[in-house]
Formats: sequence, structure tokens, C-alpha cells
Amino acid sequence: MTFFLQLVVTGLAQGMVYALIAIGFVIILKCSEVFNIAQGHFVLIGGYLGYTFLVPLGLPVWATLLLSIATAVIMGLLIERLMLRPLVGQPVLAVVMMTIALSTVLGGLATLIWGAEYKAYHGMLPTLNLKLGSISVPSESLIGLIVSIICMVALMLLFRYTKIGLAMRATAEDLQVVQSVGIKPTTVYAVSWVIASVVGVIGGILLGGVSGANMELAGIGLKAFAVVLLGGVNSLGGAILAGIILGMLENVAAGYLDPLLPGGGLSQVFPFIVMIIVLIFRPHGLFGLVTIERV
Amino acid sequence: MGLRTGTFHENYAQDMAIFHSGLQWVIVASFVVLIFACPLFLSDRILTILTMMGIAVISVHGLNILTGYCGQISIGHAGFMAVGGYTSAILCAKLGLPFWAALPCGALAAGIAGLIFGLPSLKIKGFYLIMATIAAHFIIIWTIIQLRPITGGTDGLSVPRPAIGSISLGTKTNYFYVVMVLACLATLLAKNIVRTRAGRAFIAIRDNDLAAEVMGISLWNYKLQAFFIGCVYAGVAGALLIHYYSFASVDQFPFMDSVWYLGMLIVGGMGSTTGAIFGAVALKLMDELVTIAGPILSAIVAPQAAASLALISHGLVIILFLIFEPRGLHHRWEMIRAYFRLWPFSHEAAE
Repeated sequence: MTFFLQLVVTGLAQGMVYALIAIGFVIILKCSEVFNIAQGHFVLIGGYLGYTFLVPLGLPVWATLLLSIATAVIMGLLIERLMLRPLVGQPVLAVVMMTIALSTVLGGLATLIWGAEYKAYHGMLPTLNLKLGSISVPSESLIGLIVSIICMVALMLLFRYTKIGLAMRATAEDLQVVQSVGIKPTTVYAVSWVIASVVGVIGGILLGGVSGANMELAGIGLKAFAVVLLGGVNSLGGAILAGIILGMLENVAAGYLDPLLPGGGLSQVFPFIVMIIVLIFRPHGLFGLVTIERV
Repeated sequence: MGLRTGTFHENYAQDMAIFHSGLQWVIVASFVVLIFACPLFLSDRILTILTMMGIAVISVHGLNILTGYCGQISIGHAGFMAVGGYTSAILCAKLGLPFWAALPCGALAAGIAGLIFGLPSLKIKGFYLIMATIAAHFIIIWTIIQLRPITGGTDGLSVPRPAIGSISLGTKTNYFYVVMVLACLATLLAKNIVRTRAGRAFIAIRDNDLAAEVMGISLWNYKLQAFFIGCVYAGVAGALLIHYYSFASVDQFPFMDSVWYLGMLIVGGMGSTTGAIFGAVALKLMDELVTIAGPILSAIVAPQAAASLALISHGLVIILFLIFEPRGLHHRWEMIRAYFRLWPFSHEAAE
């Protein structure tokens, strides 16, 4: 029982980080109907940025966080302006190929700058220890959980109480109405890319603090896709819940089934199995909008 | 008869003809002859590159029918190639079938895999279909690795050298001829498939699936047909790839290849057989340039520059084409042709 609870708690914390990354994807999708395949590469860049600021430059954690966020803001703005703006109104394939191309360019840049090497900065993040009965919550997981919750609350406040948040929600609802009342959709698009890139980078620092920064971090993006498909592509709450569910399922499945399977590695294909099942039986996910559309 | 200024098609048959003038016949025929004369004066290294281009052309033709004509986006093409390649390899290595018999079986197996993974396309489209085909790629590769007793898993599977009758295809020249014959046949077939009833149905589905269905086109039937045809092409290409190396390994079918085949389609121009050839040749050429430039750059800048150059160059080419020439090289080619065809006028007079 302790083993099971331990897996669940670790999964919960991991799932929150997945959810955080998935939120970036959902925000871009809701505002501009762009499917951002490169979301995982924001995580990759984040992991390496965290390493760069913490280890070679030796900055404190708060400065690392601020500088990483600043870099992410610039990155998001540049990507939106240079790559996505020319494609407004293009078919879905063009947009998806653009984000795939973006992901390879980001991967290439990471390879060029950091040499695609494994960079560890384990233990550089602050530590917090918590024991619930016989279950000990790993410090990194706890930090991940707390930071994810802070980010999510900040986003909720942004959407509820600020003008740009209202503009973003309105754009998600109806683009034409938004344009007719004088809101610039391009600003909304830019902000949505900035948010996606910032949450991706923060997720990258959190995950990098646990397992170190390496090219594998980009694969987290694939897990984020499974999360958004499970939660429903246009539901923020769905993404959070699905992230937690997937994180827990993955940990429990890996904990119990990996010793039984000869090759192991179930957690590698797990997101894809979830993805196919969801796509076949419930394409709109748990909380997604059911669009009635003939295919 | 030379090229005439303007378009003089008077009926549907003329409009749909592959060759519009005698000169075009001559150009295409001499191009084919030139290709088949290549082994006479080119080195083995260049023949290898051309063989790889031929295989890519076959694969991209399939993807072009599926994505370019029918509009069903697939980012799992390398996975379907793996199905074809492995089926053919297993038939050759374990059952001792000859190369010429195993190749069609591989193609058929890939087609059937395409039918299975094409089933979701009846319920979903756009991004969801993209995710389903990405998942298809990973599931196919995972299955191949798990079926270790048959496929050799991660160790790979060595395949006997291909031969037709007593002619060994182990030499680069002979294999080059096989690939080129198949590539020419594939091109001819692709060009003709899109001129048939099915081809017109594909285009109707791509342009507006609702309108197509209202007109009486069975989406169920034609979408699956497109998946089948596209994946048969992929199967042939995959089998050719594996027999070329006489070795089957999942590393020959990485996920990024699925993406690059779509990239070739974009660079060449979607929904055009000529464009598929342009795209495959252009991106393969760039691959070779990167292979040459990589080590030089590595020596000057940093050791990892070669790997990153490959990634960045591919990504950048696709980005630049999407922004500046979304209709691909084929569109450029048409514009150049129109310029010469209409000379000395700048454009065709309106009726």
C-alpha cells in the first residue's frame, strides 16, 4: 500500500508539471487555433537555460528564474512574429509543419549551444522535505507541485481579472467579434505564445532539476499532447486534471508492470496508447468542446 | 512541333493529357534515357545518392496521393515504410522468398497497415489525424522491436542479397536500375491515378469533404483507398531501402523521416506529381550538402555543429518555403515554363 501511495504521490507531482506544459499548448490552441508541436522543445530550452544560469554562471535561483522567463518572453515574441504571423489563415498542415520545423530548429540550436550533452544540476533548486505518514514526498516533486500551482493560479488570475486576459478569452470565443470591437488579435497571439514559452521553460527548469537537462526533455512534449488530448484540446481545467491522471497512471503502470515486461520502457509508449484510445473513442477528450462536424 | 504561345486545349482529353506537345515527349524521353545512362559515367558514390533519391521519390509519391491529393495528413509515413520493408525482409530471410516476390508482399502489408491506421481518418481530421498517424508510427516501431523472434528486435535482421533469377542485384549499378525502373513506374502510376475517377474523388475530398459527400463520393471508400495506395508506395520504398542495405533495422525508419517526407512534399509543392519529384530530389541534395559541409563546420566552429546543422537546415528550409513559397518548387517551375511558353507576352490573354 505504501508503495502504491508513493507512486501516486510522485505521479501527482509529475502530472502537475505535465499539466503546466500542456497549458501552454492549450492557450495557443484556444487563442490562435495553432497546434504547437514545439511545446516540448520549449521544455528542452528551459532545462538547458536553467543549467546555464545555475551552474556555469552561478546565479541564485531567483535570478535564474527571472532571466529564464525573460529569455522565454523574447523567444515567444520572436517565434510568433517571424514564423506564425505569416501563416495566419493558412491550412492546418502548413501551421503544423511550421511548428514541427520550429521544433527541429530549436533542437538544432540546443545541440549547437549545449552540445546535446547531459547536464546535471541536481540539488541546485531549494529543498523542501515533507513526510505524510510513511510516504515521503521527494523534494523536487514538491517544488514542482508548488511552482506549477503558483503558475496555474497566476494564469487563472490573468484570464479573470486583466484586460488582456479578457481579450484572450474573447478571441478564443469568436475572432470576428473581437476584431470588430477593436481588439488586435495579433497582440493576443503574441501574448499566447509568450505564455506558452514561459510555462514551457519553467516546466523545463523543474524537470531539469530532477533528471538533468538533456535532449530527452523534448519528449515531454509528446506526453503533453497525450495530456491535452485526454483533457480535451480546448479545456484548461481538463488539461490540469488529465495531467494529474496521466502522471499517476504512468507512475503506477511503470511501477507495477515494468518488472513484468522483459524490455520494460512501458512509460515510453504509454502516452501514445492513451492517445490512440482517446482519439478512437472520445476525440474531444474528457472536457473538450464537442464540435458537431461531419468528417 | 515546338511549344506554342498560349494554351490551345479544345476538349477535356487534351486538357487532361500528360504530354501536351511532341517536344514534351522528347524532353521526358531524353531525361529518362539520361537517367538510365548514368551508371556509364558516374561514380558509385553518386549512384548511391541517386538510388536514395529514387527511393525517396517513390515514397513521396505515395504521401502525395494521400496528403497532397486526398488531404489526409500523415506523419507516420516512415512507419508504413518500416512495415513494408520488414515484411519483405522477413519473407526473404526466414522463408527464402526471392526479392521480386517479397517486394509486392511488403507493399501489400504496408497497404493493409495503412488501411488499419487509416480507419481513424473516418472519424477525425486535421490535427487529430496528425496525432493519430504520429502515434501509428511509434506503435509500429514499438511492435517491430517487441516481435524480437521474427524481426530481430533492436539487433536488426540481415537479409540475403537481392537477385532476380541469376542476376545479382548486389552491385550498385544493378540496384540503381531496379530502383529507377520502379521510380519511373511509380511516377507514371501516380500521374495516372490522379487522372482517374478515384483521383478526382481524392481532390474533391481534399477541397471540401462535405461537398464531396453531397455529390455522392463515398468518403469511407475513397479515404481508405487513398491510405491504401499511399502506404503501398511507402511499402515499396521501405522494401527497396532495406534490400539496398541487405539489413533491416528500426534505425532506418526514424520518426523525423516521416516529417521530412512531408517536408519534401511542401518543398516540392503539394498535389503535384512533378512537385513530389522536385521535393524529394531537392531535400536529398540538401542532405548531401549537409553531409559535406558538416565536418568542415565541425572543424571550424564546434564538434556538435554537424548534427545541429542537419537539424537547423531542414527546419529552416521548411520554414522558408512555408513563408515565401507555400506552393513549392513546382509552382516556380510552372512560372518559368509559362514565361517561355508565352514569350514574348507576359501573360495569357483573357478570353
